[in-house]
Parts: sequence; C-alpha cells; structure tokens
Amino acid sequence: MTGARRLKLQVFRVVVLLLAGAFFLVPIGAMFEFSTRGVGDNAARTLSSWKQIFDYPDLIAGIVASLQLAAITSLVMLALLVPTMVWVRLKLPKLSRVIELICLLPLTIPAIVLVVGLWPIYQWMGNNFSDSILTLSFAYIILVLPYAYRALDAGLSAIDVKTLSEASRSLGAGWFTVMWRIIVPNIRSAILNASFLSVALVLGEYTIAQNLLYPNLQVEIVSLGRTNAGVSIAVAVASLLFAFLLLVLLSFFNRGPGRLRLKDLQQVMRSVKA
Amino acid sequence: MAERAGVEVRLENLHRRYGPVTALNDLSLTIAPGELVALLGPSGCGKTTALRLLAGLEEADGGRVVIDGNDVTTVPANRRDVGMVFQAYSLFPHMVAWENVAFGLQMRKVGTDERKRRALEVLELVGLADYANRYATQLSGGQQQRVALARALAIRPKVLLLDEPLSALDAKVRSRLRDEIRRVQLEVGITTLFVTHDQEEALAIADRVGVMQAGHLEQLGPPTLVYTRPATPFVAEFVGLTNRLPGTVKRGTVEVRGTELPLVQPNAPDGPAIALVRPEAVSLATDADMAPGPLVGTVIAVAFLGATSRVTVDLGDITVLAQMPTSAAAGSPAGTRVRLAIRPDPVLIAREEKAPVDA
Repeated sequence: MTGARRLKLQVFRVVVLLLAGAFFLVPIGAMFEFSTRGVGDNAARTLSSWKQIFDYPDLIAGIVASLQLAAITSLVMLALLVPTMVWVRLKLPKLSRVIELICLLPLTIPAIVLVVGLWPIYQWMGNNFSDSILTLSFAYIILVLPYAYRALDAGLSAIDVKTLSEASRSLGAGWFTVMWRIIVPNIRSAILNASFLSVALVLGEYTIAQNLLYPNLQVEIVSLGRTNAGVSIAVAVASLLFAFLLLVLLSFFNRGPGRLRLKDLQQVMRSVKA
Repeated sequence: MAERAGVEVRLENLHRRYGPVTALNDLSLTIAPGELVALLGPSGCGKTTALRLLAGLEEADGGRVVIDGNDVTTVPANRRDVGMVFQAYSLFPHMVAWENVAFGLQMRKVGTDERKRRALEVLELVGLADYANRYATQLSGGQQQRVALARALAIRPKVLLLDEPLSALDAKVRSRLRDEIRRVQLEVGITTLFVTHDQEEALAIADRVGVMQAGHLEQLGPPTLVYTRPATPFVAEFVGLTNRLPGTVKRGTVEVRGTELPLVQPNAPDGPAIALVRPEAVSLATDADMAPGPLVGTVIAVAFLGATSRVTVDLGDITVLAQMPTSAAAGSPAGTRVRLAIRPDPVLIAREEKAPVDA
C-alpha cells in the first residue's frame, strides 16, 4: 500500500470515527445539557435535576427493580443457555440449527406481540404464583436469548469444546466439573458479553413492562417525564453512563485466555441485527 | 516414577454402528500387560472408534471392554482409569503446563503439594520441567503433545490411549516425539493402544501392529511379520508399497512375466491372478542383456529416499516399482533401458481388483 493511499485510509477512518462518535455523543450531550438547565430565562446551570433523582421513591424502586431483573435475567439465561449449548455441541450437534432458530425467534416477534401472548400467562401468574415485578424476568429471558446466544456461540466456537471435555472426562472429571472448571473459564469473556448484553437490554426495556403494568426503570422515567422532564432526562443519561461503565468493566475482564474482544461484541450485535 | 505394572486389556466382539454405517464389526483384540499395540488403517476403518470405546467416550452397541479382568463396558469415561492423548491439541488453555498435568490428580483428591510435585516429576519425564509455568499458547505443537502425554501419565492410569497424537506435527518433531513416546512407555511399562494412519509410525513404535479395514482386524502381529508376511492383499497393499503384477497360478506357484514365484498359501486354485510383489523384491539385473522380454523396460523416474532409491520402470503394459540401495540405482537414470529381476519370495495373490483374500 502506498503512503498516499495509507494516509487517505487513515483520514477516512478518523472521519468515520468522528461521525460515529458524534452520532452517539451529540444526543447524549443534548440530554445532559437539558438536564442541567435552570428554571427561567438566562438561569444558571444547575445539577438540581440530578440531585432530585433520589427524591422520587418510585424512581428508586424502578431502578432497584430493573437492576434486580437484570441480574436475575442474566443468571437464569446463563444457567439455561450455557449447559444447553455445550450439550448440543457435544451430544446433539444435529439440533444446533433448531436451538439457534428457537433462540433467534424473539428477534422476529415484535415486543407488543409478545405482550399479547404473555398477558394471560402473567394474569395467571399474578393470581396463582406472584405478581412481583421480578416475574418479568421470565419474559426478559426470552427477550435476551438472541443476543446471549450469539455471544455464547462465538465463545464456544473459539474453543474445541469436544476435545477439552473429553480430555477432562478421561482425567476423571464429572460433567459438572467439565462445565465449571474447563468450559466456563475458557468462554469467560463470551459469558461476560452475553451478561452485559442482557443487562443492557433489561435496563432499557420499556414496552413489555409498560404493557404488563410493571413499573421498571424505563416506565418510571417516562412517567416522571410527564411531571419533571429534567429529572427524567438525568436518569436516562445516568442509565446510559451505567451501561458505558459496564462496557469498560467488561474490557478489564477481557484479559487472558478465552477472551472475546469488544469488536467481537460489535460483530455479535451486527450478526443479530442481520 | 513409581508406576503400577501394566494390565491386560481385552476388547471382545465389539460392535458399533453410526446410523447405516458399521464402524466396528465384531472387533476382538487382546493387549498383553505393558504391551504397545498400534492400530493402523485408512480413515474410517474404525480404529479411533475402537480406542474411544476403550476410553469410554462412546458406547458399544455390542461386545465387552475388559481392563485388568474387570468388565468396564458400562463404566463412564471419568471412572475408567485410562489416560488419553488426543489428536487435536487438548491442553486446557486457561491453565499452565503443570496445572494441566495436575488436573487429573486434583480430580483424585491428591493434596496441592503432592499434586505439584508429581506434575513436575512427570513433566521432567517428558523433558519439559522448565516449561511448567507456560500456557499452551506459549508452547510449540510438539511440546503441547508432550505435556498432554505427561498429563495422561500423571494419573498413573491402567491404560494409555494415544489417538494419532503426532498427526498435527511436522515430520522431524513427529519422529522425535514418536521415539520419546516409546521411551516413556517402556520406562513406565504401561499397556498402550496407539492409533494411527501412518504405517511408518505404527511399524516403528509398536510391539504389535493391528491393521484394520471396515471395522475389523485384517491382521495383528509384530511389525516385521505384518510387513514381510501380510495376511491379506489389503494388508500387503496398505502396509508398504506393492506392485500388482498379473500372472497365472499353477500348482502352488504364480508365474509373473516369465518368473515363477512361490505362494504364501500354495493351495490356491490354478488360474489367472494378480501377484502382490514388494518393490524390495524387484531389482535391476546386472547383466547387459537388453533383448526384448517381459521384464525389460525404461526407467521413467528415480526417487531418492536417502540410503535407498525407488526406481519406476515402464514395462510397456505395466509400471513396476523397484527399491534398491541408492548406489545400485545410480547407474540407471530416467530414460535408461533396464531389465528387472524379481526375487522369488513367497507372495500373496489377489484374483481381481480389491478382491478378498484368496491365497
């Protein structure tokens, strides 16, 4: 590659980076600007909207509920998906397409359609089991399946699951040990990525919670937006920053064998969208 | 390294099918204590299936696996007390070499200090004690397989199984590691089953070689016997190179291009047949008589193999390979007219292409 061509490519990359950065940062900057406006014309900048976040108990309850939902969804999703995907790879490879199809199916179903289907189930659960907001995690597990599946599939494809599990079996390991001591450490980054995607999705979910009448974070933000737009936007910015923080944390965990880089995560997102 | 003495291993009438494909068809094999048996055969002949059944990584449709007098046919892999080295690199990527080696000991509840001591001891045995703290990605292919061998031996298994452990390595490392495996196996005295499709490897390393085809053993015997006295045309053609020379069987001999050769099984019925003649049994005649005859032809290629050379001679209707000392082949470059001589060693015959044993 000639020097001039390399320079052009470099300039192109920088321009694309700046445009992409602007695409993400300008709206967030605008939201932050809005959340720090004072009341009245020519009023000074203030962080009162940010300070007021804690004055709304419903909002705090929504935040706590969403965080709990994110944690439960991630854990149950991993507990279901990791052993299933490993088992399918080892024992039932012919089923892999079926499992993939099932996992990707929620992508093709609009959230509002899911709500229509889930409504009678939640009605029954409310009457017979529990009407806690945490029951939303059942719906969210379905919702995060496509993203989690892709992330975990990328991780499992990067290692020779069959040989590693057979090697550990021949050394005396039971199936639980194979999973916990051999497979999981080697797909650690994929697990983190799947968890992160799940957390991000749950923290940003609105449609299902609103229509099933559960007040999660997003529902509270929208509700608050009708009475105090400044606080509502401050919370929205805070939740975005929380998501970014998770990404940064993830990049710290992504070290050592079995790591999946952030660009792999982007690839997963692209493949899911495709 | 204190090892237990080798134990006897018996595979009895093993059957295994994958859908319509029969991978193992009534396979029976007994491995004596401390013996190294190599299973040799083309891809899909069932040799790896046999090894996996012995390891417990697959279930047999019929037959028994007996280790040290105990029927382990239904015992799961993790309770068979069998060490295995795989074809693919199988070191756990998140563990360093000594942790890999110590993993099996940990599964056996050996204490941390003892675990590390024994892991280092076995790494020493395979010459890799200095690499104990390296991850798999920091080791070459040969080193990884040596660590895998150490890992398999560290648990002091009753049986060692080697599933084409050298096939991913380059020729030089392969040859060195092959010798290393044999040295360690003899030192430890462990009963070993070695699966390979590389005949040179099998012949070089094993006490006995089993040649497999279509799920059953064609021949089982010491390497020299398998090579010099193949039991079937398949063995003759699979192990080493073989010339297929048309001839006629008559009263216990076969006449091939004017030369009478004794038969391995002289009671074969008379009639046309194909004699299977090793290239080593074919040489270049030393006299200068190049008058037209059934064994006179033109050299079309000379392959230098080191101490020996392989000469390809076109006899007009057929091409014949002759292997001889390089000095003997030196005077006959490509294009030279030569006359061949066939040494009257006992030969096998086949009646037609890929025919079953009939001699």
